[in-house]
Amino acid sequence: MLAQQLTNGILLGATYALFALGFTLMFGVLRVINLTYGFYFSAGAFIALFATRAAGMPIWAALPLAAIGAGVIAMLIDRLLLSRLNRARNPELASLMVTLGGVLALYSAATAILGSDIRRLPPELIGAEALLIGGVRITMAQILILIATIVLVSGLILLLRGTRLGLAIRAMAERPDAAGLMGIDTRRLASLVSFLSGALAGAAGVLIGLNFNAIQPYMGEEMMLRGFVVVIVGGLGDVRGAVIAGLLLGVIEVATAGYLASGLKDAVGFCLLVAVLWTRPSGLFGRSAVRRA
Amino acid sequence: MLRRQLLAAVAAISGSAALPAIGRAQGAPIPVGAIEILSGPNAAYGVAIKGGLELALDEINKKGVLGGRKIALTVEDSAASKDQAINAARKLIGRDHVVTIIGPTLSNEMFAVGPVVNERKIPIIGTSTTAAGITDIGPYVFRTSLPESDVVPVTFKKAQSRGAKTIALIYANDDAFSKSGFDVMKASADKLGLTILTIETFGSKDTDFSAQLTKIKGLKPDAVGISALVEPVSGVLLQARQLGFGKETQFIGGNGANSPKLGVIAGAAADGLLVGSPWFIGKPDAVNQAFVTAFKAKTGTEPDQFAAQAYDCMFIVAAAIDRAGAAEPDKITPALLKTNYTGVMGPFTFTDHRDPASTEGVVVLKMQGGKFVIAK
Repeated sequence: MLAQQLTNGILLGATYALFALGFTLMFGVLRVINLTYGFYFSAGAFIALFATRAAGMPIWAALPLAAIGAGVIAMLIDRLLLSRLNRARNPELASLMVTLGGVLALYSAATAILGSDIRRLPPELIGAEALLIGGVRITMAQILILIATIVLVSGLILLLRGTRLGLAIRAMAERPDAAGLMGIDTRRLASLVSFLSGALAGAAGVLIGLNFNAIQPYMGEEMMLRGFVVVIVGGLGDVRGAVIAGLLLGVIEVATAGYLASGLKDAVGFCLLVAVLWTRPSGLFGRSAVRRA
Repeated sequence: MLRRQLLAAVAAISGSAALPAIGRAQGAPIPVGAIEILSGPNAAYGVAIKGGLELALDEINKKGVLGGRKIALTVEDSAASKDQAINAARKLIGRDHVVTIIGPTLSNEMFAVGPVVNERKIPIIGTSTTAAGITDIGPYVFRTSLPESDVVPVTFKKAQSRGAKTIALIYANDDAFSKSGFDVMKASADKLGLTILTIETFGSKDTDFSAQLTKIKGLKPDAVGISALVEPVSGVLLQARQLGFGKETQFIGGNGANSPKLGVIAGAAADGLLVGSPWFIGKPDAVNQAFVTAFKAKTGTEPDQFAAQAYDCMFIVAAAIDRAGAAEPDKITPALLKTNYTGVMGPFTFTDHRDPASTEGVVVLKMQGGKFVIAK
C-alpha cells in the first residue's frame, strides 16, 4: 500500500507540475499574474475532446493539435488583454484585475456554448486498463503524464539555457527595457512566451483530462489554486522549482489523505504554502531560474 | 354607523363565506392548485410534475369525484423563487379558492410557502420535497415523496442480503446534500450492524481520489458507500477501477448516483453499483407500464420519478376529496390522513405525521452496461 500511495502522490504531483509549467513561465518572464492561464488548460482539453470525438483523431495527433490551438488562443487573448498594460507602472496588480475579469467572461461564455456537463475523452483512446508493475497499479494515461512532464521540463530548460531564443527570454525576464535596447523585439517575444505557456497549458489539459475523466469548462479554474501554490513555492519563473514543488504538494496531499485523514488534505497542503513563504519569501529555491542568467 | 356595519358584513361575506360557497355549488368544478417550477434552470422538475398531474387529472375527470364533479387544476409557476411561490399560493387561495395545493417543487420553497398555507388551514402536499422537517411546518403540510433516510436503508439491506458485512464510506464534505446523504448512510450501516471500516472525505470539485481509494482498498471492505453528486461519484468509480477494485466490492450510491448521467460519464466502471429509487421506469407491474405508455403518448417524453410521484399524488388528492364527501379543506385534511392507495410508486399510506409510511415501493437498481436495471 505504501508503494501505491507513493505512486499516487508522485502522479498527482506530476499533474500539478505539468499544470504549473506554463504558468510559471508566463509569471516569470512577462511578470504578469495571468489568471486566464486556467482557461487555456480547459481550451486544450476541449480541442482534444472535439478532435477525438468528432473527427476521430488518435491521441498522438490530438495532443499537439490541442497544444497549438491553446497556444494560439493564449497569444490572441494575452495580446488583447495585456499589451496595453505593458507600459503601466504596476503591471502585476493591473494584470491581476484585467485577467480576472477576462477569465470569468471566458469561462461563462464557454459554459454557455458548451454546457457545464462533465465529459470525458473516448476511453478507448489509450486504454483505461491499469498495468500492474511490482504490485503498483498505473494506467497508460498516468505513464503518459509522467513522460510528458519529463519531456516538457527538459525541453523547456534546454530552450531557456541552451538557445539564443532562451537567452532573449531570460534577458527579457531580467530587464525588459534593457532587452529592448539590445535589439530584442520584446513584443514579439512576449507573444511567443504567451504561445508557449498556452501550449503547455493545453497539453496539460489533454493529459490531465485523460487521467481524471472530468472535462468541463471550469476545469482550469479548479486547478488554478494548486497552480498558484506550486508556482509560488517553487519560485516565480523557476521551472525546476515548479516540478519539485508540484511533486512535494502531491505526495504530501496523498500522504495526508492516506495516513492521517482525508479531510485534512487541503489544510496540510496550504500550511506548506504558508510555511514556505514564511521562511523563504521568494520560494523554495530563492531567485527565479528564468531571470538568473 | 349602520352603514359601516353593513359594509363590514358585506366585506366579511365576500371575503370568506360567499366565495367558497360558489366552490361548493353542485356540479361546479372543484378548484385544486399546484405550485411548480415551470421556468428557469430547474424547470425540468416542474414540467415533469405538471405532466404527471395533468395525465392523472385526465383519468380522474373521466368519472369525476363526489358523484361526477370535475377537478379544475391551476398550476402556478414559482420559477424556483420563494417569493414567487408565496405569491402563487396567495393567488391560488385568494382568487381561485383552491381546496388543496400540490407542491411546491423544492424543499426550501416549501419552507417558505408551507407556513402561509398552513395558517389558512388548507392542506398542502409536496410531491418532490425530501428535506428533513418538511411536515414539522404544521398539521396541514403533507408530502408523498420518500425522504432519502427511507430509501438508503433499503439499498443497504439489499447489499447485506448479498453478503456484505463490512463497509467503507466516502463522501464530499463540502456540500450539504452529500453530507446529509452520508449521515443517512452511516445511520443505516449502524442500524443494520454493518461494520464501518473507514470514513473518507473529498471536496466536491476534486478529481483525484487515489489516496482515499488506495486506503479503502487496503482495508478490503465488502461494500463501499458513496454519497456525492453524480459527477464525483463517476470520478470515484472510474478511479476505483483503475486502482483494481473488482466485482468483489459492492459499490452503493446515494440519491446523487440515481441519475442516467452516471452511465454516460462512468460507463462500464459503474457496473454493479446499487442505488435505491422511489420509482423506476422499468418496474414491470401493469399500473406502472400503463402510466409510462400514457405519459409518453401525452407528452412525447419519458416520465421520470417526479412525474410518477405527481401522478400518484393527484389520485391521492382526488380520493381524499371523495372520502371527505365535500370539497372543503377542513374535511379533506382528515380524509388525506386515511389515504390507502396503490399507484405507480407502490402501496401508499401516510404516517400520523403526514409523511409516507411505507418504503415498500422503493426499488433497488443496479448499473449494468451503462443503464439501470432492477437489482435481483
